[in-house]
Amino acid sequence: MRSPPDQQGTVTVSNKVKNMKKKVGLIINPIAGMGGRVGLKGSDGREILERAMELGAEPEAPKRAVCALRNIVHLKERIELITYPHEMGEDESSECGFVPTVTGSIKSGYTTSEDTKKAAKRMAQAKVDLLLFAGGDGTARDICSVIGCRIPVLGIPAGVKIHSAVFATNPRNAGELAAMYLGDESLRTQFREAEVMDIDEVAFRSDRLSAQLYGYLKIPYKKGVVQCAKAGSRAGEEASVRAIACDVINNMEKDWIYIIGPGTTTRSIMVGLGLRNALLGVDAVCNREILGLDLNESQLLNIIEGRRVKIIVGVIGGQGYIFGRGNQQISPRLIKKIGKKNIIILATMDKIVSLREKSLLVDTGDVEVDRMLAGYVQVVSGLRKRIMLKIK
Amino acid sequence: MKNLPKVREYRSPVWSEPIIMEMGRKGERGICVPEADQEIKSKVGEARSHIPEKMRRKQAPGLPEIAQPQVLRHYLHLSQMCLGMDTNIDAEGTATMKYSPKVNEALARLSEMTEIHPSQDEDTVQGILEIIYRLDLFLREISGMDQFTFQPPGGAMATYTNAIILRAFHAQQGEGAQRDEIITTIFSHPCNAATAATAGFKVITLMPDENGYPDFEALKAATSKRTAGLMITNPEDTGIYNPRIKEFTDLIHKAGGLCFYDQANANGILGITRAREAGFDACHFNLHKTFSSPHGSFGPGCAAYGVREELARYLPKPAVIYDGQQYHLDYDRPDSVGKVREFLGNIPAVLRSYSWIMSLGPEGLLEVARTSVINNNYLTKMLEEIRGTVRYYAPGKYRLEQTRWSWEKLTEETGVSTMDIQRRMVDYGLQSFFMSHHPWIVPEPFTPEFCESYSIGDMKYWCAVLRTISDEAYSDPELVKSSPHRAPIHLVKYEDLDEPDKWAVTWRAYVKKKGKSALERP
Repeated sequence: MRSPPDQQGTVTVSNKVKNMKKKVGLIINPIAGMGGRVGLKGSDGREILERAMELGAEPEAPKRAVCALRNIVHLKERIELITYPHEMGEDESSECGFVPTVTGSIKSGYTTSEDTKKAAKRMAQAKVDLLLFAGGDGTARDICSVIGCRIPVLGIPAGVKIHSAVFATNPRNAGELAAMYLGDESLRTQFREAEVMDIDEVAFRSDRLSAQLYGYLKIPYKKGVVQCAKAGSRAGEEASVRAIACDVINNMEKDWIYIIGPGTTTRSIMVGLGLRNALLGVDAVCNREILGLDLNESQLLNIIEGRRVKIIVGVIGGQGYIFGRGNQQISPRLIKKIGKKNIIILATMDKIVSLREKSLLVDTGDVEVDRMLAGYVQVVSGLRKRIMLKIK
Repeated sequence: MKNLPKVREYRSPVWSEPIIMEMGRKGERGICVPEADQEIKSKVGEARSHIPEKMRRKQAPGLPEIAQPQVLRHYLHLSQMCLGMDTNIDAEGTATMKYSPKVNEALARLSEMTEIHPSQDEDTVQGILEIIYRLDLFLREISGMDQFTFQPPGGAMATYTNAIILRAFHAQQGEGAQRDEIITTIFSHPCNAATAATAGFKVITLMPDENGYPDFEALKAATSKRTAGLMITNPEDTGIYNPRIKEFTDLIHKAGGLCFYDQANANGILGITRAREAGFDACHFNLHKTFSSPHGSFGPGCAAYGVREELARYLPKPAVIYDGQQYHLDYDRPDSVGKVREFLGNIPAVLRSYSWIMSLGPEGLLEVARTSVINNNYLTKMLEEIRGTVRYYAPGKYRLEQTRWSWEKLTEETGVSTMDIQRRMVDYGLQSFFMSHHPWIVPEPFTPEFCESYSIGDMKYWCAVLRTISDEAYSDPELVKSSPHRAPIHLVKYEDLDEPDKWAVTWRAYVKKKGKSALERP
């Protein structure tokens, strides 16, 4: 029998590799989540942490990491666990029965985000097959800044702020998903690029939300586990995104300018057009050609002067933001000029189902524009497919 | 729930049965036809000479050569490993799995039915044409529509028929190019969206509002001069009665669109509400659901599709008509969308349903709806007491014939998913429940539907099994997650269903993918 062709996003493992032990990296940000219980909206920064401790905060991340590890421990003979000293993984792995390989050094009780970054660097050098980390958005950001999409990563949610889409829904699910990927089911695990978001904690503490998209991590996800025979097979995430891009490209009109927001769904349009793109930035296209990449607000305002324009944006997974999170370049002024009817919103059905409120959110910074955007919109969810969602 | 019955032991027979194509050996025969007498031979000649040259095979078909007892044994083994409709409680929601009385089957097996040929002259099949015509009249009464066709062999084919009729209607109005959008809802059967797309429409899907109803405000925003129509299941999969449905149809009509009512499963409203009064222009019933013809596993289904008078000229042809004395097959229908199935469709299903309606009468049909709604709400009380269940949407409100439930709480607390529970049910000799159509808006869903033919004892037994599994999930989750343990096949890796390279649905595809080794006999 011929071997099956490599499918996009699917890991194909030869027998030789199969017999080797898989390497799993583990990084615990021991202070993640400490600020939450005591109402401090995050734990970034030494002062805040000390205040949290004064208020009686207890470490959350270690407990949550242990919960995840308990779901992997049955594979301990088949994996090599590489971790950082003491409370950054060594203690928790030992508690669960692992005999981990410990690397690096820390000043116990005084860990910082630098430790997370150093640890991530070491894990990447050790070529781990999967990097598990327990923390929050800040931790995800630190890891993303060091390793990007080079190796698969999965977050055990332990932080106060969980705006990034790189976390499993709870620690146990993180463990189960990791076990699936590390065990016999690895062939059935796919990857997707998930958003790393973080908000400015200083602003958050004064009840202002200012979130940025910091990048993407490559996370494993279970392929087809919500399948049932009667419904048949659903197209994978990749195929859905391509179908959306196809719909948008088919409907592009001559001489119109298309402002293309950041993200992986919108990137697929640029890929479909055969154009370069700025994953985290805003690009502009007209007649299938680039007008500008990674543009800021004033550049965008210049470009659109006297032209017919549409804005194309994706949806932030889990939360549902379409404006004001990671695409602030598309400013309220710009939106006002272009108008609501010229906004095209894209989201796969999986992403729509993942929205906690099943509705979309905007936070442009201008109440009037937010109000103008409110109401029902058609979201492009596939080729000639639309879903009605409410912008709140 | 102290009074639930004791769960009985069950263990399925396990036959490691080969595929029939792998069985037998060269030269083995099921029946050896005796040589004809010399006298016959001399008068008739070589049997082969009676088959026209162009119809003769050049090569023998690649069928297994196998003796009769082996064939019988093989298929009986397979049937022993199945949880058939008549051997267990099959309460799969949205499917309306009711008991089909055997007398109707006996009628369908009469030689007058089985031995007629679809190409026979209409003079010689007046009986069955009369039954088709009369069932059409019954369904007109039940739905308020003006004419039905029985050609579509399943629900999706009926929704497809609807989509092409809507297309034909708007084309006739000169609005074919303009009206290219169909609106549906996420809790409608997905075939509504799928067949509309197949017919070339753009599909707009409405999400539920916070109470679980299709969002009326979203419908308002979605409706425009591009709207060709609304295709909606009602009640939706949630089982929640939609008191505003007439407002939906009015809104669509105002915009110039048409409304189609997917009533594949009409068990909760039979004799209570009608498509016409709800403002619909077309609807369909699955005879193999509501009207008690067996489902037959993608075999002999029949979806009766009906329309208002204005749309009747677009129905598939031929139509069965009556001139006061004789029944005829009317092919002279120039605006018809043509054929959606060979001949007249699966007519044995029409016969069974006709017989079923005749045996119940109008009062009986109403009783069907009442009983199935009472069953579902009785079941609700029992399911609410099982640890880990959540009833989604509309708290405190009754449901019609089915309810969308969730194991979300149990999954959160134990890690056991609805799919695990579904598999574990088979260990107790029960057909696994239906979960949900995709996408799963309700997490970890399950959707039971106890039709009128189930007894209170059946419902209690079913709940007793679910309670047992829930207890197992909390005390020994691995047991449930690794199930089934007492079924003919064990845990199947569903993920493989997504790998076209790994599966083959025909022997020919299997041989192609596996190569010559597939043909080696042990």
